[in-house]
Amino acid sequence: MLKHRVIPCVLLKNWQLVKSIHFDSFRTIGHPTSTARIYNSRNVDELIVLDIDASLNKEEINTEIITDIANECFMPLTIGGGIKTIDDIYKVLNAGADKVAINSKALEDLDFIKQASSIFGSQCIVCSIDVKKIDGKYKVFTKKDGVLDINPLELAKKYQEYGAGEILLTSVDNEGSTKGYDLELIKLFKDELEIPIILNGGMGEPHHAVEAIQNGADAVAAAYIFHFSQYTPNDIKRELVKCNIDSRIIDN
Amino acid sequence: MLNNQIVIIDYNMGNLRSVQKAFEKVGCDAVITNNHEIIKNASKVVLPGVGAFKDGMKNLEELGLIDILNEEIIKNKKPFLGICLGMQLIASKSYENGETDGLGWVDAEVVKFDFTDYDKKLKIPHVGWNNVNYKNNNVLFDAIANKSDFYFVHSYHFQTKEDIVTSTTDYGFDFVSSVNKNNIYAFQFHPEKSQIVGLKLIENFVNLNGEL
Repeated sequence: MLKHRVIPCVLLKNWQLVKSIHFDSFRTIGHPTSTARIYNSRNVDELIVLDIDASLNKEEINTEIITDIANECFMPLTIGGGIKTIDDIYKVLNAGADKVAINSKALEDLDFIKQASSIFGSQCIVCSIDVKKIDGKYKVFTKKDGVLDINPLELAKKYQEYGAGEILLTSVDNEGSTKGYDLELIKLFKDELEIPIILNGGMGEPHHAVEAIQNGADAVAAAYIFHFSQYTPNDIKRELVKCNIDSRIIDN
Repeated sequence: MLNNQIVIIDYNMGNLRSVQKAFEKVGCDAVITNNHEIIKNASKVVLPGVGAFKDGMKNLEELGLIDILNEEIIKNKKPFLGICLGMQLIASKSYENGETDGLGWVDAEVVKFDFTDYDKKLKIPHVGWNNVNYKNNNVLFDAIANKSDFYFVHSYHFQTKEDIVTSTTDYGFDFVSSVNKNNIYAFQFHPEKSQIVGLKLIENFVNLNGEL
């Protein structure tokens, strides 16, 4: 059986690992390479690394740091932040990443997704959507432009049509809150897409992952819980198995 | 022939560096190349790859690699490791975006996952960790427990009537997740991304005795 993945998501800013709350108030929490090494030794299912300000600051992609992180990873590695061109994707993959997460560029230019997926394959293209709830309705959010009048589910369907292989769906409201995933949000997406959805934002205890998956997430991503609590990815997965959800547990 | 010089074929199809890194981790310096002389002098050949079948074949052809691979793998019987797209390319034919002939080393076809007749529509691509169920005790699975989880990411799968299947994996149905025919070993999953069990598989390939 295919296992539901539990994916640590780590944020880079100035090439340091940070953790945000609601995409703001960042705290530096260590060096990316050593963090990647620890996650690899803990046999996590996958790792997502996002450079949160790369798009905003139009920074060049730092392939050195990606290479350093990738050298520690013998599990799938997704890199996102500031990817604007096909050449950027080549650089990131050549540095050792397996997938790229694309957010702003996908919003600006759907054809970029089509082009990228035809060159690198859909499996390589993760489209990232940040969502905020405004007056009871879900809207797409970007750091640069704030809330946009775009329905996230419709956007996800477009991304799928244009060749995305996975959707990384983040609730900005729940992000860093530890109050659990936005279950209303994932319920809207359940059975609507053919491609897998990674739900992100809000895990504060292992049972939150169970709720996310029971309500339609294919995989869960989280940051805060792994940095600021005693829980490890394996604790989350033991809880999944306890609730009869297929999960991969490797005991070290 | 150099003693255990392993080459990773560079045909612009994806995560070559990941594969090279995995070889380094098990103590083997594999070379990424499409240089014909280096491939001829190698003792073992690895064909990784992610992406579309058609592009894969086109790139192999444009780089003049098809004849070299036929010579070294089929005629000279060098141990060959195909990963993901590198497994699919050894088939006779793929139905990805039309019909495309493959290398034809095994009598096999590559078709898209189809859950039309199933109650539960599974997601495509098949992405994540899934069990690899052995059909026999293949040498590349030495010291790896049966039913171990390996990392998969693909939308198309391999079908063959030849008696070469070494494992299957359940995704809606049991599909072929690895094959072995003589000196050819091929895996739909990514050993280079499958942590301990994957690195062990790569180590087993490095340690294969080339004298078949």
